[in-house]
Amino acid sequence: MDERITQDARHFIDSVSRFVKDECMPVEDSIEETGRLPEALVRTMRDMGLFGLRIPSEYGGAGMNLLDYCYVLKELSKSHDAIRAIMSVNNGIGSMAIVNEGTEEQKRHYLPLLASGEYIASFALTEPGAGSDASALTTMAERTEKGWVLNGMKHFITNAPIADIFTVIALTDKEKRAKGGISAFLVDKGSRGLRIGNVHSTMGGKGWLQAEVIFEDCLVPDAGLLGMPGSGFRIAMKTLNEGRLSAAASAIGIGERLLSMGVEYAKLRKQFGKPIAEFEAIQWMLADSATELYAADRMLADTASRFDHGEDIRTHSSMTKLFATEAAFRVADRVLQLHGGMGFMKETKIERLFRDIRAYRIFEGTSEIQRFMIARELLKD
Amino acid sequence: MKILVTIKRVSDPEAKLKIRPDGTGIQTEGVKFVVNPFDEIAVEEALRIKEKHTGEVVVVSIGDKVVTEQIRAALAMGVDRGIFVNYTGSYDSYDVAGILAKVVEQEQPDIIILGKQAVDDDMGQAGFMLAEMLGYPQAAFASKVEISDDKKTAKVTREIDGGLETKEVGLPCIITADLRLNTPRYASLPNIMKAKQKPVKEVTVDALGAVVKPHVTIKKLTEPPKRKGGVKVESVQDLVGKLKNEAKVL
Repeated sequence: MDERITQDARHFIDSVSRFVKDECMPVEDSIEETGRLPEALVRTMRDMGLFGLRIPSEYGGAGMNLLDYCYVLKELSKSHDAIRAIMSVNNGIGSMAIVNEGTEEQKRHYLPLLASGEYIASFALTEPGAGSDASALTTMAERTEKGWVLNGMKHFITNAPIADIFTVIALTDKEKRAKGGISAFLVDKGSRGLRIGNVHSTMGGKGWLQAEVIFEDCLVPDAGLLGMPGSGFRIAMKTLNEGRLSAAASAIGIGERLLSMGVEYAKLRKQFGKPIAEFEAIQWMLADSATELYAADRMLADTASRFDHGEDIRTHSSMTKLFATEAAFRVADRVLQLHGGMGFMKETKIERLFRDIRAYRIFEGTSEIQRFMIARELLKD
Repeated sequence: MKILVTIKRVSDPEAKLKIRPDGTGIQTEGVKFVVNPFDEIAVEEALRIKEKHTGEVVVVSIGDKVVTEQIRAALAMGVDRGIFVNYTGSYDSYDVAGILAKVVEQEQPDIIILGKQAVDDDMGQAGFMLAEMLGYPQAAFASKVEISDDKKTAKVTREIDGGLETKEVGLPCIITADLRLNTPRYASLPNIMKAKQKPVKEVTVDALGAVVKPHVTIKKLTEPPKRKGGVKVESVQDLVGKLKNEAKVL
């Protein structure tokens, strides 16, 4: 383990590792079947403090740095992706804007609830017409005497059907847009005019709930504005930086699990009188997978540690997310391949992990947008 | 009420162990060490008793400095404080019981819970010896523990062949924990952080007034013989023949 990871975090990662093996893996098939996380499992996660790892300790969290958090997340991602999904929003995009920009009152109210897992958070940025190009938002927030009135639609919003609090990014000035015309709002579940639309049916990520969020003259009081009017674009961009690293961490975790499944199977499966691990074709698949995961892991540790030292990690987080998720997908493909027909069977779980890992090349910014941002940084001036 | 729990640092039960070439012990390089799983169950039970009846849970461990890692692990589960008996020489179960008896004399706990055995050497004797030395009642291999409301007795159930046996013991008493007593909790991050602030008292065997003089010494460790591959038999007659003539069990 990276020597920069604190002693406390190592101890906790051991605890998480046992939790994953003893509690998560035995129920992962049923999560996939039912699309639901067992209540007892979520309760244990809350008791372990998993929902508040990144939230500052004065607001009920553990105040973990990004490096330690990424390695907890990596471990927790080795079972079912829905387990990671439910806690990572509270720790990341769902609470971060409140931590960074919230008023003392907003922090005191929301953060302890999010840290304990009593509240589930959601972050509503993406729209049918605005993905990576966040400046193309159409959801409008209009200033009235009573407060802000929101109209528009978001989609692909993680945790939306179960969320208690939404961080919503909306347009407050059509002319200025990304240059001071976008603001962030905190909207409580059950607010009048807030509605959850279709829950999306997806290729992978079963149990990881994503849905449309619809605003129809939804009134948000002045106290619901997060940060200054017009600071929403900056808030959204900053939030996504960290999100990219957590995506990389999870992808590496899934990749490591797949690799260990591949190693085990290669030693067990015999063809032509010997384990397939003795064939060079299989050995190269395993060797390439281990090498790429190692590289991704080092990029993760380096970038997270830079962030913790106050560096701007815009480009590094894009590179890490790009490389780690692409590498993990290659690992999934090779491990499926070396399992032959068995890999195609649902019972080996590889097909599920393969579908889940596929999403990582898309969410938190596609591989293409990451390359676009890396290149833009290289070519500027 | 005060509960004392004993914990031992053991190699991870899932680790693949290798014996040192000279046969004096196992190779410890690269091996992960954990709290003996039965002791972890003992800690969990103590915490549950405390949560129900209030009081204090204290853990004690014997060994060199590294065992404080396991003491910290118990503190992170919610134990209040630790006692680290610094001793680097060799010892056997009787010595351990002798040291623990001295700790009990000092601490005067109402209940002492031990794991029924340590998974490294599987001796399973310290609990019984400790009860004998102290003259305390004992209830070994507990699968269920209930403390009376007046905190004067404990009802302890254990699994026996064909059923359950329940006995009542007066406090103070010795209880040893079996596998199905409970499922230990996971250390939460806030508790791991709090554990650093909790006190761990270091004592020496001499200061306790204990005498260590092993009656048992390990002469040599050897690996179990390699299992030979099985064979398939053609018929029942074949099988019976082999059981009679080769295995000689019929």
